[in-house]
Amino acid sequence: MVVGTGASGSMAADGVEERKQMSALIVDDNSVIQKIHKVIMTKLGFETQVVDNGKMAVDLHTSGCSFDVILMDMEMPVMNGIEATKELRAMGVETMIVGVTACSLESEKQAFKEAGLNECFVKPLNMEEAKSLVKKLNKEDN
Amino acid sequence: MRDIRPSGRRDNTRGERKYGLFQVISPSRSAKTGLPLWLLGLGVDRLRTDMSRLLALLFHQGVLDEQFLQLQQLQDGSCPNFVSEVINIYFHESEKLLRNLRGLLSDREFSDYKKMGIHLNQFMGSSSSIGAKRVRNVCVAFRAASEQNNRAGCLRALELLEHEYCYLKNKLHEFFQIEQQRVLAAGVRYPIQN
Repeated sequence: MVVGTGASGSMAADGVEERKQMSALIVDDNSVIQKIHKVIMTKLGFETQVVDNGKMAVDLHTSGCSFDVILMDMEMPVMNGIEATKELRAMGVETMIVGVTACSLESEKQAFKEAGLNECFVKPLNMEEAKSLVKKLNKEDN
Repeated sequence: MRDIRPSGRRDNTRGERKYGLFQVISPSRSAKTGLPLWLLGLGVDRLRTDMSRLLALLFHQGVLDEQFLQLQQLQDGSCPNFVSEVINIYFHESEKLLRNLRGLLSDREFSDYKKMGIHLNQFMGSSSSIGAKRVRNVCVAFRAASEQNNRAGCLRALELLEHEYCYLKNKLHEFFQIEQQRVLAAGVRYPIQN
């Protein structure tokens, strides 16, 4: 369980502000994608957690967890990415939610974005796209 | 470089002298093969060439696309077996999906095309993720047939999908076998000295 926002810092003994490790929640029912996204985010310094569907992502937040970024698949069993994103936003979750979808239809991607995404990419995420997310997170933090 | 003598002992059924791993008999010869190290270097280079040729063939045939290269770029010291781990997960998941698809279509009364679509989306997603271009393309055609509730078309697509998947799996196995040989050969090439 990851608690607390990763972006906040604390003062070390020598007065230098320490930056907490950032955290990423990977929401996808595909084991191959889970593995790839986990490795990419870990390489960028994120602590990662992986869940198989949107409901598990919502339940994590209901129990008090928070993350710096959520990678959200669109098509999942139990609760899909669109429903999960809507629920999270309705709960007041302001975390960056990045949609990753195999679907190339603009209309479906648009529906996903309108659910409350900050960004949407075709899966799998590549390193350059992930780095651009880190830049955006650092900008927001500053 | 010191001349390290073997401390071999005859302890296998063939009576061969068994050396501790990576003990060097002479500065320029491998204890394991007796070959000069420069020749072993050629073996590593040859294996590397074989791997490149196989990959080039698979790209030329459209079996793989640049996504496979993206996976290779993610592999490094922190995750040295990343590509083979991802591919093994892909094989495991794909075979499960193929069994599910075969199971659905073997039922003459089958009508749950929505379930078939879910399996195909999974297959498409993971195939795209590893760069399995031809498998992915067959999944697209398969999905089109399932969206038209075309059972005969789905059966034909399934046969083609199984064929493409088998070909991909065999070629990737070949690729990883060569890589394994290359790693072993590179290890012999650079022996650790006690």
